Amino acid sequence: MDYSDKISDVVKTVPPSAIRRFFDLANEMKGEVISLSIGEPDFVTPWSIREAGINSLIDGFTHYSPNAGYIESRKAICDYIENRYKVKYSPNGEVLITVGGSEGLDLVARALINPGDEVIVVEPCFVAYKATVRFAHGIPVVCETKPENDFKLQPEELEEKITDKTKYIIMGYPSNPTGAVMNREDLVKIKDVLLRHPDIVVISDELYAELNYVDDDPCSLIQFEEIRDRVIMINGFSKSFAMTGWRLGYLLGEKSLISAMTKIHQYCIMCSPSMGQLAIIDASYNGLEYVKEMKDEYNHRRRVIIEGLKNAGLDCFTPAGAFYAFPSIKGLGLTSEEFCERFLVEKHVAIVPGNAFGDCGEGHVRISYAASMESIKTAMERLAEFVKELKEGNR
Amino acid sequence: MINRMELLKLIKNNAKLDPKEIAVMLGSTEEEVNNELSALNKEGIILGYTTQINWEKTEKESVIAMIEVKLSPMRNKGYDHIANLLCKYDKVASCYLVSGDYDLMLIYEDDNLREVASFVSEKVAPLEGVLSTKSHFILKKYKIDGIVSEKTEKDNRQTVIL
Repeated sequence: MDYSDKISDVVKTVPPSAIRRFFDLANEMKGEVISLSIGEPDFVTPWSIREAGINSLIDGFTHYSPNAGYIESRKAICDYIENRYKVKYSPNGEVLITVGGSEGLDLVARALINPGDEVIVVEPCFVAYKATVRFAHGIPVVCETKPENDFKLQPEELEEKITDKTKYIIMGYPSNPTGAVMNREDLVKIKDVLLRHPDIVVISDELYAELNYVDDDPCSLIQFEEIRDRVIMINGFSKSFAMTGWRLGYLLGEKSLISAMTKIHQYCIMCSPSMGQLAIIDASYNGLEYVKEMKDEYNHRRRVIIEGLKNAGLDCFTPAGAFYAFPSIKGLGLTSEEFCERFLVEKHVAIVPGNAFGDCGEGHVRISYAASMESIKTAMERLAEFVKELKEGNR
Repeated sequence: MINRMELLKLIKNNAKLDPKEIAVMLGSTEEEVNNELSALNKEGIILGYTTQINWEKTEKESVIAMIEVKLSPMRNKGYDHIANLLCKYDKVASCYLVSGDYDLMLIYEDDNLREVASFVSEKVAPLEGVLSTKSHFILKKYKIDGIVSEKTEKDNRQTVIL
């Protein structure tokens, strides 16, 4: 059967990826290249968390959990949030355990969007933001952030994008791909915009919250009491606790919305994996010391990357969070994709073209430092060589 | 300002880092790192820089024993006198005062079993204050000072993840 006219229009309009060609090329060269192109920790999940997962199997936790997750796991999440953000959420009704942060993005879109609703997407951003909005028949409205503002969302630029069709805003800080962080001062300005537009919901993707190299404690829009019922936090264990493969995340928010999202989750997923749900109890209560270790290591690498970019002569704002740098390659006569393809083929280092994360990412590349220090050092030497050769070739 | 503990942790894991690299990693300057390193040396905090070697993979034949030593403390000198004496032997790699059923734990390395036996019977046991000894021979080293000798986990991530 030919499905080309059967697959839904909305699915057809969403491209698989802006950088398909690069993807294929990088996969072909797997094994021969240094990969600074990976958006997940190189650390394996800390042993005590893995052990908790193993023990859950030994103890026979092989059944469905309640739809929203085991109450002990939800309670652990709420305790963790209270410990880190000083904000209280009820484990009964204000938290839903999802299959990674990604399911959270989808649930939010499906629970909130009516066809034609607009969603303001703060770019450059994680690739699923726009796609999930489109799948839910919403219209993504891009709000670009810029290197001269350290890729922080600017209140006036946000406000310009708001119309009477705006349903919600979605933003992710610390940011994949830029490494930008919004501190409390920056968030206050966003809160003020939200106060002027009382019907708009904001989705805050904080998967990288623990990986903030400037402030020890994460800060979030959930900390503003006056708008808290309009903020949905998407969070999870993947990035901060090196648990990507476990597929465990959570949503925090106002009861009636969590309940609507639980309904979708119930019919589509039933419940998140049970064995992992027991592992996140350990992560929530005992995981922070491991997070600290990993964060210190990332921070060392971050500084080596910044120094490497400086030596290579590339402009880069100083990333303060996540594990990415997002330098500019403008002025070298290549598009982001051309730059990354040639760097891959000529120097055997994989980094990601910035346009994968939105049009405004063009002219940039994402370099992940979730890789060994040795790989990073070698890659930075090769980058300096490559940029030098480009500059000489351009003369 | 350099965070001393952070610096120590860094060079504990990799003694080969040069001050320039350390300075970048800690967001400091080469001069500051050099000053801190010499201060740490002077204060006797950094004792030396060694290499972790998996001798099992070389042709070197040797025997390592962990020797428990029970003591009766000497008047005014406690355990230190005997411990210091035992440390004089080059082949004593480590010497610890421990709590529990015995008092000193020696890590001792020699060419063969007979040499170890003669060290215990001729040097350790006859010392005044030594009540008894018990030797354990090391059969295999799985983890040495934080380093696992044979890695079982490898990087199985995809090439590109957005």
